[in-house]
Amino acid sequence: MRRALTTLCALALVGCGRATGDEESSGGLAAVDAPYALPGGAPSRFGFGTEANEARIALWDTDVKPDGEGLPRGSGTVAEGEVVFRTYCIACHGPTGTEGPNDVLVGSEPWDVWPGSVTVGGYWPYATTLYDYISRAMPQLTPGILTADQTYAVIAYILNRNGVVPADARMNAETLPAVRMPARDRFVSDDRVDGSEIR
Amino acid sequence: MTEERGSRISRRTWITTASGVVAAGLIKTQADALRLDAQVPPLQSTDPTKVPGRFTSEVGRRAAGEQPRRSARAQALSSASQTPLQDLMGIVTPADLHFERHHAGIPEIAKQSHELLVHGMVERPMVFRMADIERYPRVSRLYFIECSGNGGSAYARDGMPTEITVQTLDGLLSTSEWTGVPLSTILREVGVRSGASWLLAEGSDAAMMSRSIPLDKAMDDALLAFGQNGEAIRPEQGYPLRLMLPGWEGNAQVKWLRRIEVTDRPTMTREETSKYTDPLEGGTARQFSFVMDAKSTITFPTYPYVLPDRGWWEITGLAWTGRGRITRVEVSTDGGASWVDAELQQPVLPKCTVRFRHLWEWNGRETILLSRATDETGYVQPTVQQLWEARGDRTRYHFNHQRAWKVASDGAVTFGLGDLV
Repeated sequence: MRRALTTLCALALVGCGRATGDEESSGGLAAVDAPYALPGGAPSRFGFGTEANEARIALWDTDVKPDGEGLPRGSGTVAEGEVVFRTYCIACHGPTGTEGPNDVLVGSEPWDVWPGSVTVGGYWPYATTLYDYISRAMPQLTPGILTADQTYAVIAYILNRNGVVPADARMNAETLPAVRMPARDRFVSDDRVDGSEIR
Repeated sequence: MTEERGSRISRRTWITTASGVVAAGLIKTQADALRLDAQVPPLQSTDPTKVPGRFTSEVGRRAAGEQPRRSARAQALSSASQTPLQDLMGIVTPADLHFERHHAGIPEIAKQSHELLVHGMVERPMVFRMADIERYPRVSRLYFIECSGNGGSAYARDGMPTEITVQTLDGLLSTSEWTGVPLSTILREVGVRSGASWLLAEGSDAAMMSRSIPLDKAMDDALLAFGQNGEAIRPEQGYPLRLMLPGWEGNAQVKWLRRIEVTDRPTMTREETSKYTDPLEGGTARQFSFVMDAKSTITFPTYPYVLPDRGWWEITGLAWTGRGRITRVEVSTDGGASWVDAELQQPVLPKCTVRFRHLWEWNGRETILLSRATDETGYVQPTVQQLWEARGDRTRYHFNHQRAWKVASDGAVTFGLGDLV
């Protein structure tokens, strides 16, 4: 761990060196775009702020990773999810998740050349993102109102409507990360680079 | 008009003069008007040299006739407003005209109760109050912020617009002097553990906007910003604290920042999977396309301006790149047949807009104006055909193709890209 810190400090120093070079090559103006260097004499730590204990972290650390890290206990079925969907979701997403007026959730058109739509079935690479997003931001007017069971259930329903899981599926912290989304392999990292090539 | 000067009075001068002084009841005949000639200044409703002005005030205001406005669209929670680029000068956007994009409205946050939690793969998880963050050594830098959806209204192969303003087209772009603490300083304070490579940044709005950011960027030039153009950052821009990622797409620069989790992998949030990814022809979608490619846009003359006269006009606009400095902006006044270097107004700063100008003598004939930027990596702003070829014509973000403005023989300016494709 200490080695990591040393490495980072070294990287910071490399940054400073580069900045000095810029300054020499293009005059006084370059000083303003130097990577930020701490003033000389700065301590290794300032000691501002308060150490966060586990309870404090747990209060806000609610995101869900693609491998399921962060998923809470609880579970829900497709049938239960239909009730949740009808109660909380149809005003914006329509009775079957296809009508809008907000994002269309349901659809699994083939991607042979181009995504037919950006639905959950067509364009979402990870099922865990549904839990992460719904628990953060949905329903739009009362975000965070759904229980874990309700959230798992409505995810099961949406996935079923998209043909991704069967009608008897139950979503929980084990089954959700195991769902392989149709668009999983469609996503590629940014391949644009500095230089003249148009990508 | 030249031959009408001297003892003769031009029709235009007479009308201008007469309409002013007749209203004031000063003349009865055309002879009176001729004696007055053209030397009478325009009448003010009140002569400011004869009436004391108003007192000082705690907060200033714009001149009554100067009312630039953001174009706030539908009143919806997930919405945007655009900067009136056509009304602005230089490179700095007045803070109250900085574009907005938020996904669940603008939260009202009291600075005194705002906290930033930094945890995950760190030696010492910490909570920072704003007073803590503001105590660290600060930096101030001019940077642009651009929404990666900017310019999308002029990308579709079918339905290229003509009656579109530069505000609607490119107004999801603004530049401010941002003040804050380098994120590297805070990460140094908490101690990043070996193996860490990403972080998750999370906002305190009702969407809890979240993006995964590579640690390299965090250690390079990322800022925790709390200042904008000399004052506290505006609520629409993330008050009291936002993440600044110079040169990167706006969405990743999480506003109302309350949490940073250091990780060894991206979280794959909705905003980096089903949104803010770029479908490409051939069945893939580009992800984590953070950097904004070089772009320029003419801000004058643009629709709905009508050039009233042929003759000398200064074409001006903005150029910017997320990859460093703009090195060159070229302007074409003949639909791309020939190009000339525009003047770059100092300062030319990295990851900041630069103002360009080109003095043009319009001959009164229909033509098309274009601009194209080059950055220090050698990247030249592509044509829309080049982008279509590289990305397909249905990609959803990053529209940095050249823009075109058509000047009709009557001086009317419209968006002209449709005429070139």
